[in-house]
Amino acid sequence: MGGAHGRRVVITGVGVTAPGGHGTKGFWKLLTDGRTATRRISFFDPSPFRSQVAAEVDFDPELSGLTPQEIRRMDRAAQFAVVTAREAVADSGLEFAALAPHRTGVTIGSAVGATMGLDQEYRTVSDGGRLELVDQAYAVPHLYNYMVPSSFATEVAWAVGAEGPSTVVSTGCTSGLDAVGYAADVIREGSADVMIAGAADAPISPITVACFDAIKATTPRNDDPQHASRPFDNSRNGFVLGEGSAVFVLEELESARRRGARIYAEVAGFATRSNAFHMTGLRPDGKEMAEAIRVALDEARLAPQDIDYINAHGSGTKQNDRHETAAFKRSLGDHAYRTPVSSIKSMVGHSLGAIGSIEVAASVLAMAHDVVPPTANLHNPDPECDLDYVPLTAREWKTDAVLSVGSGFGGFQSAIVLASPDRAGAR
Amino acid sequence: MSSRAVVTGLGVVAPTGLGLADYWAATLAGRGAIGRVTRFDPSPYASRLAGEIHGFEAGEHLPGRLLPQTDRMTRLALVGADWAFADAGVVPSELPDYDVGVITASHSGGFEFGQNELRALWSKGGQYVSAYQSFAWFYAVNSGQISIRGGLRGPSSVVVSDQAGGLDAVAQARRQIRKGTSMVISGAVDASICPWGWVAQLTSGRLTTSDDPERAYLPFDDRASGHVPGEGGALLVLENAEHALERGAPQVYGEIAGHASTVDPRPGSDRAPTLQRAVELALADAGLAPDDIDVVFADAAAVPDLDRAEAEAITKVFGVRAVPVTAPKTMTGRLYSGAAPLDLAAAFLSMRDGVIPPTTGSTLSPDYDIDLVTGAPRPHAVRAALVLARGQGGFNSAMVVRSAHH
Repeated sequence: MGGAHGRRVVITGVGVTAPGGHGTKGFWKLLTDGRTATRRISFFDPSPFRSQVAAEVDFDPELSGLTPQEIRRMDRAAQFAVVTAREAVADSGLEFAALAPHRTGVTIGSAVGATMGLDQEYRTVSDGGRLELVDQAYAVPHLYNYMVPSSFATEVAWAVGAEGPSTVVSTGCTSGLDAVGYAADVIREGSADVMIAGAADAPISPITVACFDAIKATTPRNDDPQHASRPFDNSRNGFVLGEGSAVFVLEELESARRRGARIYAEVAGFATRSNAFHMTGLRPDGKEMAEAIRVALDEARLAPQDIDYINAHGSGTKQNDRHETAAFKRSLGDHAYRTPVSSIKSMVGHSLGAIGSIEVAASVLAMAHDVVPPTANLHNPDPECDLDYVPLTAREWKTDAVLSVGSGFGGFQSAIVLASPDRAGAR
Repeated sequence: MSSRAVVTGLGVVAPTGLGLADYWAATLAGRGAIGRVTRFDPSPYASRLAGEIHGFEAGEHLPGRLLPQTDRMTRLALVGADWAFADAGVVPSELPDYDVGVITASHSGGFEFGQNELRALWSKGGQYVSAYQSFAWFYAVNSGQISIRGGLRGPSSVVVSDQAGGLDAVAQARRQIRKGTSMVISGAVDASICPWGWVAQLTSGRLTTSDDPERAYLPFDDRASGHVPGEGGALLVLENAEHALERGAPQVYGEIAGHASTVDPRPGSDRAPTLQRAVELALADAGLAPDDIDVVFADAAAVPDLDRAEAEAITKVFGVRAVPVTAPKTMTGRLYSGAAPLDLAAAFLSMRDGVIPPTTGSTLSPDYDIDLVTGAPRPHAVRAALVLARGQGGFNSAMVVRSAHH
C-alpha cells in the first residue's frame, strides 16, 4: 500500500474483548485450546426464537474500569470499544500524555451500533409495542448516542485523548476489517501518525435474533450450543451470533521504530470490493472476494505463495463457506491447498461488525506466537470445502504473513494482508 | 493518471426540491420547506416542525420489488444515485468491472424501518419481524443497495460521524479515486422523521421548540433556539479528472480539493475546540490560502454556543467579515449526514452561476463578526468554496471545493 517511498503502517498494540476469556490473553488461550464459547442465550429468554444460542461475553463494565456515568451513557458495544481501546493503548506502551492529540485519530467499526440499547429503549418508550407515538419521558437521556453510533468514536477519542480524524465505519460484517483499512489509509496519507482502530458490536438482542431467524441465517442447533458453530463442516446450518471488540494501535512504522515499540505486524494491504448481486446472497464463484484478495496482495507487494495462513470469514452458513473457499482458490491458485485456513467463529461466534477486528487480532497473535488457531467442531468437512481448515487443534506454524477476509450483507467483500514489516520491507 | 477527483454528476433529493433544477430554483428563490410534521401526529412532542420531502412516490422511480425491503431514506438515496449518474452522463454498469465504487455516510440508518420491526417484535412477537430487517435498517444499506442497483463492484464504504459524516464519506471517495478507482458515487441521504426517530432526536437537546416555520431555524441569530430536522441529501459522482475528460463528461462541476476532520476534546477539558484546525488543514490540503475562498457554507447549528464557536473559527481563519458565509440549510432543516453533500451541490451550483444562496430567516447577531448572506441571493464570483459540517460528539469536518478551471 504505501510502497517503498510511502509511509508504512504497523500494529503496535492489541486489545480484545471476546467471549470465553478475559482480554487478549484469555482470547488467545481460548483459541489455542480450541475451546468454544457458544452457549444458550442468557441475556433474555430465547425460547420463543428459532436460534437460541450465542457467544456471550462475561463482561462487568465496572470491573473493566468504566465509571458509573460512562456506563450510564454508553450502550454495551460502546463500553466494549472503550475498555478494549484502553487495553490496546496500554499494550502499545504509548503514554497517553505523550500522544499528540491532533495527530491521533479513531476509527471504530460497527455493523449494528447500539442495537441492544435501541431494542431495550424502544420496548420501554413504546410500552411493549403498544404506543405508536412513543413516549420520550421513558427514554434514557443519551438515546441520541444510541441512535447515531458515531458516539462510539467520540467515546474512544475521549478515552485516549485523540483529536484527529475520527469516525465510525459501518459496512455490516466487514466493518472490523474496513475500519483497520480505513485507519491505515489515514496514516499513510499523512493525516495522522497514530490511529486507534478496531471494532465493537453487541447484537445479542431479541430484534437481532429475530431478524436472523427470519432468513434462517443463524443455526437452530439449540440442543448442543457448544458445538453449534461448525464452519466448513458438512453439518453446518448457520452462524452463531457473537459479540465483542478488538482495537489496535496503528502507528507509522518509522515513529514506532524510533520509540522501540513492539511491532505485531504491518497493515500491508487492504481492499474491498462489492458483489453487486444481493443484499444477503452470495454467488458461489467468489469472484469479487478473489478480486479484493488480489488487490490487497498487490498493495502488499506479496505473491500468493507468501501467505502463510488464512484467517477465514468462515461463518458456518452453507453459502459462505463454499463462496470463500472458491475465492481462495481463485486468488491463490494451488497455494490455497498448501495454506492453513481457519475460522475462529467456530469458537467465538460471529459478532457482525466486530468480528473482522477480532480476526485481525487472532491473525497478529498467530504471527506473534507462530501458532495458527484451529477451526473447532470440524469433524466432517463439506466435500466442496476441500482446503486445510486446521480442524480441532491449534498448529505450530511459522507465520509471517496472514490474509484475513470478510464478507458482509450489502455484498461487501474485504481482504486485509498483515505481514512482518521486515518481510514486507524486503519486497 | 492524475489523482484529481472532480465531480461530474449531482443527484439531489431535498425538501426544497426533487432533482437539481427544482432544488436550486427554490434555494435561490428562498422558498423554504419547513412545516409542521405530517408523517405522524407531532402534537405530543416538544418539537413539531420538520423539513419533509413531499410528493416523492418511490414506485414512480423504483421497481415494486424494492419497496418492501427499503426504508424511505434508501428509496430516496437510490433515486438520488440514479439522477447523479444520469447527470454525469454515465451508465455505470457499462464501465469496466470494479471501476465504480460507492461510499456513503449514514446517521441513523433506516430508523423508520427499524421502528416498524421493533414494534412488530414487541407487540406481536419475533415471528412477525420482516425478513428484510437484517439489512434494511442498518447503516450500510444505502451503499449496498446502490451498488446492487447500479452493478457497482468497486471499493465501497460507509462512514458514520453524525452530520460531519457527509463530508468524511466524500473524502474517503477521493482517497479511492487517488488509489486508482475511476469513479465513486458518494454522499448521503438521511430520513428519520418517525415517532421513534423523533424521540431519539429530541434527546439530543438541539431541536427548536418553535412552531413558526419562518422563525424556527435561525443560525447566527440572537433568537437561535436549535434546529429543525429535515430529510434528504445528495449523491455526487466523483471521478478521476482525466477519466472525465477522456469520456467527455457533460460537465465538470469542480474539484474536491481539500479535506480535514477533527474531533473536539471532551466537555470540561481545558483544551481548545478543533474546528479552526480542521479548516486550516483543509485549506492546506487544497493548497489554498484563506483569501482564495469565495464563500463558506456553514454548519449552522443554531445552538448559541455552537454558532459562536463556528463564527469564531471562521473569523480567526479568514478575518472579520472577510468572506461571505451562508447556510441555505435554513430552508431544508438539518439533514444530518445528507446536509453536507447537499451543501457541496449548492457550492458547485454557486460556482456555476456566480451567485451565493441566502440564509433565509436569520438576522445576524451583532455578536458574530461574519459576513452572513441573508435575505436575497448575492451575486458573487465563486472559484473556491469551503463547506463545514459538525456532528454531535464533537466531530468537525471541512472540505474545500474549487472550480475545475482554476
